[in-house]
Formats: sequence, structure tokens, C-alpha cells
Amino acid sequence: MADPIVTRDVRVSAHGTTEVTGARIVQVQRSLMAHNDAVAATNREAFAHCLVINVVSSPGSGKTALLERTVRELGGELQLAVIVGDLETDNDALRIHAAGAPSVQIVTGTVCHLEAEMVARAVERLDLTSLDVLVIENVGNLVCPAAWDLGEDLRITLLSVTEGEDKPLKYPRIFREAHAVVINKLDIAEAVGYDRARALDNLRQVTPAAQLFELSARTGEGMGSWLGFLRERLSSKRG
Amino acid sequence: MHEFSLAVSMVELAQAAARREGAERIEAIHVEIGALSGVVPEALEFAFLGAREGTMAAAARLEITYRQGVAFCDACQTEFVIDNRFGIAVCPTCEVPSAELREGREMHVSHLEVA
Repeated sequence: MADPIVTRDVRVSAHGTTEVTGARIVQVQRSLMAHNDAVAATNREAFAHCLVINVVSSPGSGKTALLERTVRELGGELQLAVIVGDLETDNDALRIHAAGAPSVQIVTGTVCHLEAEMVARAVERLDLTSLDVLVIENVGNLVCPAAWDLGEDLRITLLSVTEGEDKPLKYPRIFREAHAVVINKLDIAEAVGYDRARALDNLRQVTPAAQLFELSARTGEGMGSWLGFLRERLSSKRG
Repeated sequence: MHEFSLAVSMVELAQAAARREGAERIEAIHVEIGALSGVVPEALEFAFLGAREGTMAAAARLEITYRQGVAFCDACQTEFVIDNRFGIAVCPTCEVPSAELREGREMHVSHLEVA
């Protein structure tokens, strides 16, 4: 471990601050995420009765397609709603709505990720008491959303077979912090020369404990175990 | 560029602490950034230049201390320093990937120099 930077000779004074010649040292020791984490904790309390998942991936991995099919297949038995974050447009919210679930679009403008406060404002437009599963579709980006806790129960990172098997090695944080990784677009894996063994090996190195689902949101192949996972996590949350 | 959001939080935290101490201005903000935090130090420095404008930290320096990543190996029950600039945590003894990071995700303001 590196030692903290010591810029001058300092003496700790009786009242907790430290006197320095010319400047005073004030101890802070607070996380840059302190405000976000406090709002996320409030969100988490509001989410006490529904399962909340935060879905992250690169743009174009099929987050919306996965959620459309999830809404269609679970809609008969569970109440779902989706909060969608994008830089611009409400196209994705409209797609989710057409699939049969209430959706709220957050247009982030230039912000590359969702923050807990944006989610807190969006849920004001949903009736949380009637919900079983709330999905937060984050902005398509494998870097920035990793740091922001939104108050979710589960973070799901999506990887499609077209993106290259080394994506987990290139963007380790977002994979490492995932409770589950969904590999999507299995239907075109052969056509794009997807190397399954290598992709799984890379994922295991970065995120050895995450659950893994391999599926095609387009054809429905492999959806069963993903839906089973959601049902199981919902019932274990409700005890 | 999530570093801009972080720079704004950093200046807000610093100002709140400096006001509590009755300071007039902030001369330096000292932050600790972990190797696995996903923060690009150059981007944070750049974002800070915008975030500090019009605040008590308008002329402040930003001092960044880096913290290396430390993980715990379940197989041999020991902590190890993540010796990989890409942050892949594989135990150097057992060569087993670790799921338990103990240090390296820090992003916090440690202290200020105020006047």
C-alpha cells in the first residue's frame, strides 16, 4: 500500500483538525459516492417488496430485446415495469410498453450512466406496491454505470456473441460486479465465429462467482433458465 | 466521462467540510483512487478544472493518491496484490481467479488543505 501524500509537516490539534504552517488540514474521509449511495439506500427501502434488477451492457447487445421477451413471457404471472435510460429518444420505452409493461424513459442527455437520484425520480411515476419485478435498463456503456449503485438487488451484465470473447477482460469492473451474466444472440453465434470456450474462460477469470445464462432473446432459446432465475430470486427476496 | 459527476461530488464534499471548519478557501483536495475503481485519473483532473469553477476550490490543487488492488484467495486463504494492470484478480500462487476484492475500489476525499 502506498502511504498517503504528506505535503507538509503537520501536527494534530486538540479539536480534530490539523495545523500546518500557512494552511490547515481538514480530514474528510468520505466517498465520492456518498450522496449517490445514500439515495440508493433510500431506493432500496422503497423496493422492499419487489425484485429490482439493473441491466448493463454495451450499446446493441440486446438489452431491450431481452426485456421485451422477459415481459412477454412473465407478463401473465408477474407484474413487471421497466425504467429505461438512454442519452436520447424514448424508442426503448415504447418497445417495452408495446410488449405489455409500464415503462418510464429517463433521457440522460449527455450523462453516460444512471444515478440513484434519476431512478428515485422515475419510480415516482410507477406504483411500486403493485410490482413484482422492476427492471432498470441502464445506458448502453460498459464503463460508467459500474460505479453507481441504484438500489437494485441484482446487477445483470449482458454480453452478446458479436462483441468479442475478450470483452470481460477489457471491461472487468462491470463484469466483476455482476450477480449474473447473460450471453445473448446465441442464434447467430456460429455465423459470427463465436468461441464459446474462450468467452466462458474469460468470464470465469473476471467474475468467478456470477451466474451465467446463455440465450437468444430473439428465438427464445435458453430463456427458461433466465426466467427461472428471476422467479427464484423474487421468491427468496420475499421469503 | 462519468468523471465529471465524480468531480462535482468531490467539490461538494470538500466545500461542505471546509465550511464546517469556517475556512475561506480550499487550497488542495486530496483524494484516494483505487486501481479498480474505473476512474481515469487524467479525466478526473480534467473534469476537476470545470467542477471547481465558482466554488471555494476555484484555485485548489487536486492531489491524487493511487491505491492498488488487493484480493483474497479462497483456495490458499491469503490476500494478494493484484499484479495486473488490467485488474484481473488471479492468485499468483494458486492461479485461481478470486471473486473477493478487498481493496482497490476506493474513490474518496481523504483530506483538504484550507485557509
